[in-house]
Amino acid sequence: MNKINLIIWREFITRVRKPSFLIMTILGPVLIAGGILLTAWIGSKEGTDHKVLVIDTEGVIGTKLKDGKAVSFFLDGHTWSDSAFKASPYTVRVNLLADVINNPQADLYYKTLPSEFAMATIRTELEKAIELTKLRDEGINKDAYDRVRKPLDLKKFDIEKVGTQSFAQERALIGFFFGYFMFIFIFMYGVQVMRGVMEEKQSRIVEVLISSVKPFQLMMGKIIGIAVVGFTQFVLWIGITATMMVIGLAVIAGDQYDPKQLAEQGVTAEMQAQLLKEQGVDAGAFDQSVITDLIKQINIPLVLAVFLFYFICGYLLYSSLLAAIGSAVDSETDTQQFMFPVTVPMIIAIIIAQMAVYNPESPAVLWCSLIPFTSPIVMMVRVAMGSAPMWQLALSMVLLILTFIGTTWLAGRIYRTGILMYGKKVSWKEMGKWLTYKG
Amino acid sequence: MIQLEGIVKRYGAFTALDGITMEVPTGKVFGLLGPNGAGKTTLIRIITRITGPDEGRILMDGRPMTAEDVSIMGYLPEERGLYKKMKVGEQAVYLARLKGLSKADATARLKEWFERWEMSSWWNKKVEELSKGMAQKVQFITTVLHEPKLLILDEPFSGFDPINAELVRSEILRLRDLGITVMLSTHGMASVEELCDSIGLIDRSKLMLNGSVQDIRRQYATNTYRVDIKGSRIALANALSFTGELIDAQEHGENLTARVRLGKGSTLNDVLRQLLPAVEVHGVQEEIPRMHDIFIKVVSEKQPDSITKGMTE
Repeated sequence: MNKINLIIWREFITRVRKPSFLIMTILGPVLIAGGILLTAWIGSKEGTDHKVLVIDTEGVIGTKLKDGKAVSFFLDGHTWSDSAFKASPYTVRVNLLADVINNPQADLYYKTLPSEFAMATIRTELEKAIELTKLRDEGINKDAYDRVRKPLDLKKFDIEKVGTQSFAQERALIGFFFGYFMFIFIFMYGVQVMRGVMEEKQSRIVEVLISSVKPFQLMMGKIIGIAVVGFTQFVLWIGITATMMVIGLAVIAGDQYDPKQLAEQGVTAEMQAQLLKEQGVDAGAFDQSVITDLIKQINIPLVLAVFLFYFICGYLLYSSLLAAIGSAVDSETDTQQFMFPVTVPMIIAIIIAQMAVYNPESPAVLWCSLIPFTSPIVMMVRVAMGSAPMWQLALSMVLLILTFIGTTWLAGRIYRTGILMYGKKVSWKEMGKWLTYKG
Repeated sequence: MIQLEGIVKRYGAFTALDGITMEVPTGKVFGLLGPNGAGKTTLIRIITRITGPDEGRILMDGRPMTAEDVSIMGYLPEERGLYKKMKVGEQAVYLARLKGLSKADATARLKEWFERWEMSSWWNKKVEELSKGMAQKVQFITTVLHEPKLLILDEPFSGFDPINAELVRSEILRLRDLGITVMLSTHGMASVEELCDSIGLIDRSKLMLNGSVQDIRRQYATNTYRVDIKGSRIALANALSFTGELIDAQEHGENLTARVRLGKGSTLNDVLRQLLPAVEVHGVQEEIPRMHDIFIKVVSEKQPDSITKGMTE
């Protein structure tokens, strides 16, 4: 086996065998899937059924308030004292102000705080009812009003691609997701590279190793080995999370639309389909067409290719710098001063990438998508939303390759001197000097 | 085995090695001596190709050394350690494979060594469970496992208790007898006399002494002899007259042990010719200086005002 392969293998096998790897591999999906499932579950089940008592002394509300999920309304024209409310079975009391027509305000008193979801139902229902009264007072026909009030459906089209609606923003979000993933990965595993280098230095094994392999091989072996560990972990995470999500959602959904339960209530399969359609069609059909349109618009092979390119180059760029830092210092506490300048560009990149989602044409976004230290994350957003001309993408890639070769070379020089340097407080100036030492 | 020709190494303004020219003879034990910070470790790192010289060249068996020559070297650095979390056996196999051995070969040889040094039970232990001396033994084995032709040991005895140090010492001699060239740096001058056939002494980046231990000790001999006689101190002093000088003497009853330095132009024969008629000579032995004394003499000869601090110490 080639020496660098041996190093990669050792980095991989020793890390994967660690108990912490196993724990993280299981814990990660549990946290992600658990979080999503928990939200879904909580959403599907309101803790308490809110009995909302609406105090309407002026008789503003003329129609019946429609009960929502876990919310039922009760209208009353009399004022209720606090103690009477406390003694009553109602859980929420809403006092409409006397002048609610001109001054739309109401006070809500609760025994148990309603969820945001329940609050939204209460607000919408009351708003609708008050609106109706206002329309009647003003003598406006409800149908006419609805026609007037229809919101403007503003669709975007790229002049170059007339005929299909443009989802640049949505695509940008997908790009941002990729960029964010890169950010997390580079940061997590870059720091592991730094720690690994420090471990070799602190345990004094490094000189034993570099009598058999070149320092550069040792450094690259570590960087690649840790990246392989990272990929393995992410693949496992995605696999486990997906499995858990499928099973979990099936359980929750089964809870909601249990065919047996519905059958007991005298609901036939036809009616079930109808029920599902009623609830799902409006939102679902729209969403589906948007999603397929969105997917059609994203140049998936290009985005994936660009993602892989920037991901690998960005990781190599940062992890080689972090390896150099690890080689130069004696202890973890000394890393702070050197870590700072390395992390700042990454944080700038993620901020600019966020900006790129909403304002893709800003000059800051353009420049940051070309500058190598920020380009992996920012260019990802631009490519996904299709706002980067080919020449800019090419320029950014060339610059990144040149920079990554440069930093790896620099890091290699610092590394080979640093790993043999003990008990010295290293400064930037000192590291600069190392570059001139002859190998 | 190895010839160094005008090796110069600079770190910025600091010159770590200044024109080192010397030879490490094949199949012998060569001692690299010098005070802390003299440049020993730097020189060793140049020979092991961890770092390169700024000037000069290294010949191996008469031809310029190449990167491939590293595979015939076994190097035990002064700053040595192991991965703490890795198991002993697995780690030793890994290090051997980095040296180019196959997995099966490395395992077989290691098992043999571990048996010989009675440490087979360590195989599945983690390094952090071993004592420092135990870890040092593992390190020594991994250094010699691939049967190097040139063994380079930087302070091999540091960290060993006397029993393990003896084990390593006999191992070094065994390997030398197998024809392996050994180069070691040490501060223990007693082990130099015991182990080394020749030495190089570096002080303040320069090579101060180079040659066989015997020649060097003879070279530093001060023409002083230990003379055992039967007779009085005065009789001895008178008999010496102009051929030599009595340094000191110890009386044991009728007998006397004296230290005599030869006078200028005199030989031992001249002295004996004078002594034999006057006193009864029981024995004469030349006093050859110890390496320890030579080391101190050479190093303190041109002691500068301040000691330059080197790269690693």
